[in-house]
Amino acid sequence: MNRILLSIFLKEMTHIFRDLIAHISSTDFFRITASDLPLSAITDLFKARTVRCALIIPPDYARKLIGEGDARLQLIIDASDPNAANFINNYIGQILARENAVMNGGTPMLFSVSPRILYNPDMRSADFFIPGLIALILILISTLLTSIAIVREKETGTMEQILVSPIKPAQMIIGKVLPYTLIGFFDGLLILFVGSLWFQVPIKGSFLLVIGMMLIYIVTGIRLGILISTIAKTQSVAMLGAVTITILPSIMMSGFIFPVSSMPKIFQYVSAIIPATYFLEIIRGIILKGNTIANLYQQAGILLGMDIFLIVLSVRSFRIRLE
Amino acid sequence: MNDRRERAEGMATTGGNHNDFAVEVHDLTRTFGSFVAVDHVSFNVPHGEIFGFLGANGAGKTTTIRMLCGLLLPTSGSGTVAGCDIIRDSERIKMNIGYMSQKFSLYEDLTVRENIQFYGGIYGMKRKQIARRTDELFDSLGLAAHAKKLAGSLPMGWKQRMALSTALLHDPDIILLDEPTSGVDPASRRNFWLLIYQLADQGKTIFVTTHYMDEAEYCDRLSIMKLGRIVEIENPHHLKERYRAASMQEVFLKVVSEEGR
Repeated sequence: MNRILLSIFLKEMTHIFRDLIAHISSTDFFRITASDLPLSAITDLFKARTVRCALIIPPDYARKLIGEGDARLQLIIDASDPNAANFINNYIGQILARENAVMNGGTPMLFSVSPRILYNPDMRSADFFIPGLIALILILISTLLTSIAIVREKETGTMEQILVSPIKPAQMIIGKVLPYTLIGFFDGLLILFVGSLWFQVPIKGSFLLVIGMMLIYIVTGIRLGILISTIAKTQSVAMLGAVTITILPSIMMSGFIFPVSSMPKIFQYVSAIIPATYFLEIIRGIILKGNTIANLYQQAGILLGMDIFLIVLSVRSFRIRLE
Repeated sequence: MNDRRERAEGMATTGGNHNDFAVEVHDLTRTFGSFVAVDHVSFNVPHGEIFGFLGANGAGKTTTIRMLCGLLLPTSGSGTVAGCDIIRDSERIKMNIGYMSQKFSLYEDLTVRENIQFYGGIYGMKRKQIARRTDELFDSLGLAAHAKKLAGSLPMGWKQRMALSTALLHDPDIILLDEPTSGVDPASRRNFWLLIYQLADQGKTIFVTTHYMDEAEYCDRLSIMKLGRIVEIENPHHLKERYRAASMQEVFLKVVSEEGR
């Protein structure tokens, strides 16, 4: 995991800090994106995911250090991904310890840090995984059920009787898709409720926004399912296809477990075309950070773009004739 | 053989007024890759005729019938079904035909009545209309006792009656039956053909493919296909006379083994 974006808020630029900042930015792990900002800017930077952590040097730092022999820096970490938060915390701790050692041979601590963990202060994995589960289960259900429902008709031959009837392809697709949209939607709500009532995952943002985003995401899954059904000839092929393009990449490469930023470059490119990657950012953003659409329009836009692309692709290949 | 084929094709082209024919096909061809499944086939079927389609497996019968239903696009050639062009107007054909596939293609996990209600809805029929029509069909096909059974639980003979009732539901003028009696016991087959006669008496055009030679004898006119071509189109009696055969079985074997090279 390299290039964690870091902001440094400092009031006094003494040579001590200049060394420290140079040290931090010389590691591959951190990149300093902003410094010397007012404290009020922190929240916005976190919500926009511009930074993952911030180091705050209080204005009276030098005075306290000299006068009382004990002064603290504050480190703020975005823990909506607890794994990454841990890494950041350990890394900064190491850097500061080394800096201490270099500057005064170990006694007394010149820089000691007290981290403050944002969004998921207890670093509870439930807060991290339950929104992720929504992303995973929604895409699986909507893709798998849709593709199987259509391919089953091809396999059992019932599609043939449908195709000689005057039904329109659009009617056919709507009829197939509507029930699974509702089922997927219901499942999403179920996880949300169980998550918040049982596992106490707080829903910080707008519930309506969650619902709206879930709908967009379910449409993506259903479209993938229709696309699979135009290619697959048997239910087992459809099932294999659906699992391969949804479950595996969504678990391994969307950021569900492993942070995308710590993946090899090639998998980061793969993660960029997985719908779950964007939905994860959206749903974790809304639930854990209280993000609004202003923070998420980019991810939502990409999902909508995927929907439109898949609709065009599957309408072209779903024909009223058998061959 | 050549002059006979010309006669068959002559019948097709000198048929006269378009509206006289329920099905009219000219030079219909369909290829799958390099394989020619149907090769320049031409024929006409007048209204109210029972038109039989014979041929060995892979002779092109099903491919032809699927092109007539709008399930397959012809590679070349032209044709009309119920006065509608099979290439440009296939959606309108669908309201005028009833089709029964050789494989049972209704929902096995719905009951007989539910299947029929479902298709009534697809054909845009009103609820009352569906109920009335379902009762009519159940009466004439003897399906009433099975109305509440799951389609999947019925024996083949009943499934095939049920499929026929679905094909007849919207009262189409032309009924295309692709091997409707394969896998059905002899008594059921006989009943089925009695129904087909009734339908023809009502003025329906029946287009039927079969492997059973006794069934072939019931047809008004027969066409025999071989390797994608039509090699005979004639009344079964005339065919038997010409081949000096006692049964259609003999005629068929002679046609398939000796001719058409």
